[in-house]
Amino acid sequence: MVTTLQADKIVDARGAQCPGPLVELIRAMKEVPVGAVVEVWTQEPRTKEDAKAWCERAGHEFLGAFAADGYERVLVRKKR
Amino acid sequence: MGQAKVVIVGGGVGGTFVANLLAKQNDRLAVTVVDATGVHHYQPGLLYVPFGWERPERLRHDERRLLHPAVRLLSVPVERIDVSGRRLRLAKGEALPYDFLVIATGSCPVPEEIPGLAEGSHHFYTEPSAVRLREALHRFEGGRLIVGIAGFPYKCPPAPLEFTLLLDDWLRQRGLRKRTELVFVTPLPQVFSIPSVAPLFEELFADKGIKVETFFNTERVDPERRRLVSLEGTELDYDLLVLIPPHQGSPLISASDLGDKGGWVPTEKFTLQVKGQERLFALGDATDLPVSKSGAAAHFQAPILAQNLLRLIAGQEPDARYDGSVMCLVETGNGKATLLRFNYEQPPKPPRPSLWFHWQKMLLNRFYPALVPKGIALGEFLALLQGKFARTEPFCGSAMMEQWVQKVASLRG
Repeated sequence: MVTTLQADKIVDARGAQCPGPLVELIRAMKEVPVGAVVEVWTQEPRTKEDAKAWCERAGHEFLGAFAADGYERVLVRKKR
Repeated sequence: MGQAKVVIVGGGVGGTFVANLLAKQNDRLAVTVVDATGVHHYQPGLLYVPFGWERPERLRHDERRLLHPAVRLLSVPVERIDVSGRRLRLAKGEALPYDFLVIATGSCPVPEEIPGLAEGSHHFYTEPSAVRLREALHRFEGGRLIVGIAGFPYKCPPAPLEFTLLLDDWLRQRGLRKRTELVFVTPLPQVFSIPSVAPLFEELFADKGIKVETFFNTERVDPERRRLVSLEGTELDYDLLVLIPPHQGSPLISASDLGDKGGWVPTEKFTLQVKGQERLFALGDATDLPVSKSGAAAHFQAPILAQNLLRLIAGQEPDARYDGSVMCLVETGNGKATLLRFNYEQPPKPPRPSLWFHWQKMLLNRFYPALVPKGIALGEFLALLQGKFARTEPFCGSAMMEQWVQKVASLRG
């Protein structure tokens, strides 16, 4: 599955182990304005679920996880 | 060919241990350790200082006494590593040339990264902060006490959990536990970063009535209102706050343009060479390796680094491989501890907490200053205890441990 969503910021956390990708995602979310989309590249299978749960807790929008070449693209929109 | 000049920057666990392993080769090498203070702090002992269970002066050691006599010690700050000139620029404009350099500059807590953290919170990762926390704890008479992790990365990942469990013991001993709401906050979805370890600590916390706030990324601390505010929108009032600050690499690494944005040295995960720099090696907290920042990791890295350095000097491929081994004895309260033993491939499977693991930790803390000058490492010491006296089977990787012990022994000569 592919997505046509355009990210405002891409974080390459490939090779990082848990909790690296989630930490990188949260760090990036601090830096972008409300409405921006952050995309994290991860090879950790847990990142998708962790990011989804974090978005529910923090009030952001989880846009989905999309398979790429040997990694996943996890997309999140900052809502507040 | 004369002696190769090996310079080691940093006299912590990693730098000292590498120096002592290399010192046995002193006909081939001239080994120099450069350390700003010449004082070696045994940081694992800081965990006990806030409770009055350890005296800070017992954790300070004269670096000279920990080093093999053949190692030269320079107690002077380094201003810059000049890679192209193959020399260190020292304070007062002096220069120290090297043929090979080992970077063991460690990490530092940076509370300034989070607004209000330095003013409103305590931690125990340096001697002055541990002493201040001791004073604050001894004034504490009950209320909400929040402990936790303010940001990543930080060294010795289990230490905040250990501190919380020991704090629970200490509050009970002083008759304060019933008057204290103990809360643990973490940015993660579980109490510990390694999923195979988290359930044990979640169970321990639940048994002891320690509340847990997950997904709590501290945005700021308001010291006047004694309020902790998270990025997720949660606000918690506190009476006493103990949050471990995020860490950065040594300022020397950034000043020398050798680090990434966090000041960590990009390091080959198997050979421990600095990426793109054949004559530079790095170990311990200073690196960007995907393992815990801890003295235990540096202990396991040191013999591999020493072996690869010797091979390089002899004109051979540096083919010894660090497998990511780390071993931590972790306090769990009630006089017990557990053991985390893992590597790049195998996650830890912590055994049930026992008195025996706690005593291993006590023995290690006590014997460390005697073991280091002899080039005897933590893993070797614990392997001896595990093999000779343990009633349980050694956990994962015992064959690997055996090989590792032999490797250290062969380097020691």
